[in-house]
Amino acid sequence: MSLLFKGRSQGAVRSQISPVQRLLMFFISHVRQALASLGELWRSPGSSLMTIAVLGLSITLPSALYILLKNTERVSAGWEQASEITLFLHQSTSEGDIQQLMTRLKLWPEVDELVHIDKAQALQEFKQLSGFGDALNYLDSNPLPHVILVKPNKRHTSPTAAGMLLDKLRKEREVEVGQIDIQWLERLHGIVSIAKEMVSVVALLLFLAVALIIGNTIRLNILSRRDEILVMKLVGATDAFIQRPFLYTGFWYGFLGGLLAWITVALLLWWLSDSITRVASLYQVEFQVQGLHGQALLLMLALSIFLGLAGSLLSVHKHIRAIEPK
Amino acid sequence: MIRFEQVSKTYPGGQQALRQVSFHISPGEMAFLTGHSGAGKSTLLKLISIMERPTVGKVLINGHDLNLIQRRQIPYIRRDIGMIFQSHQLLMDRSVFDNVALPLVIEGYSHKEIGKRVQAALEMVGLADKIKSSPLALSGGEQQRVGIARAIVNKPPLLLADEPTGNLDPKLSMEIMRLFESFNQAGVAVLIATHDLGLIARMRYRTLTLKKGQMITDGLTEDWPSDDAPTV
Repeated sequence: MSLLFKGRSQGAVRSQISPVQRLLMFFISHVRQALASLGELWRSPGSSLMTIAVLGLSITLPSALYILLKNTERVSAGWEQASEITLFLHQSTSEGDIQQLMTRLKLWPEVDELVHIDKAQALQEFKQLSGFGDALNYLDSNPLPHVILVKPNKRHTSPTAAGMLLDKLRKEREVEVGQIDIQWLERLHGIVSIAKEMVSVVALLLFLAVALIIGNTIRLNILSRRDEILVMKLVGATDAFIQRPFLYTGFWYGFLGGLLAWITVALLLWWLSDSITRVASLYQVEFQVQGLHGQALLLMLALSIFLGLAGSLLSVHKHIRAIEPK
Repeated sequence: MIRFEQVSKTYPGGQQALRQVSFHISPGEMAFLTGHSGAGKSTLLKLISIMERPTVGKVLINGHDLNLIQRRQIPYIRRDIGMIFQSHQLLMDRSVFDNVALPLVIEGYSHKEIGKRVQAALEMVGLADKIKSSPLALSGGEQQRVGIARAIVNKPPLLLADEPTGNLDPKLSMEIMRLFESFNQAGVAVLIATHDLGLIARMRYRTLTLKKGQMITDGLTEDWPSDDAPTV
């Protein structure tokens, strides 16, 4: 309805269409405007591609770091599960003592599995693997101690529980040294968590940059269409109407940038997967790099679109308001 | 329809464009606004379309005080006012159809309705055959008529024209004025700012004259004492 003239209806009100039709019209007009904005990008492919590339690569970096972290976590999680306690026994311990110790330890509720590595057997293995072969023959006696590998059961694999079990094992008479390979895992965890925080910070900064880049691109778009905006305001366009195509442009920038990041990450993984498999095989590990799947991909795209919209919204609010016919 | 009550406008910097201007234009009336350039004609029109706000005084349209209109309501006010400019303000990269359709698109008319109304508006200004042309391919007079078609396409009750014949020869100017006359006969209130006194004299409508921001005459040109008539 007109504000000034009672009884003078405006626009859709006058054409007497049903609410359903109006909703449909609203939807159609939005789709039309979205496509028009896409067409606008298509008409200036050079600058659009540049902007999209900047956005795509800015999103690729945090995504790639995220994948790196996730895979590191996966690998180290596997290691932690296998945490074993190694008990080195006194040189003087006899076979009988060892058997007694084994039977005693087997009754402990914390212990899942015991493996006894005989010192003769250990020497044999060492000869084979170290390449010192013949040199070891000159030794008068076997310098290696008897070793018992204790595998804690599932409830005692966490660093603290395993540590407590180790303390208890050390009190056994036959045990000279007890070791647990957990400290370096804890350090690794520490480093990974620092890396995680750094990735978050880098991601945050890059996302901010993406929003600002889109904001600035939209600002330039707005300024280059200043005359058109002036005319639209003169014939009664609301700010909301004028800003809609620019918001759609931001949406498309975000969407296409996200898509590009998606492709770049996939290419990156494909390129790296060969060398990663090779390195893994050196460590005799079966390892497949896990990329982004399903939800993470959608999240990346959604985030990218959100950034596009946020950037353009900031710009649109400020600059369309500033253009007023004089 | 339009009422000015003791309106003054001082621009930042101290330039006084209007001083205590009061007048009233009735619904369906047609009037000219004249005066030297810089006398305040454009400012007066801008106060009606809320491109400027008065420093002192009130502008009312149909009894509504424009001082009370908030920023976000301004677009809706402009939809009730058809505006025509000396510089046409057409979008040169769009077709004639798109230009004329703009106010309807903004108001959310259906596709079919837009087609019908644009056709009708262009027929009214005699440019129905140029509907697909670019404004660049049209002459100055034709461009101005496209601007007029855009101003009337949503049938506003009020038309404002700022020097609509400024760049046109006398014959074309007269044609444009006849167009305004026909809209006026259809019940639209028309206010035309111009310094083309010859044209005004031939048309015999109420004429408001501004001089240095003050309203010095208001009435038919014949009523003016000869020494009061502004010279251009």
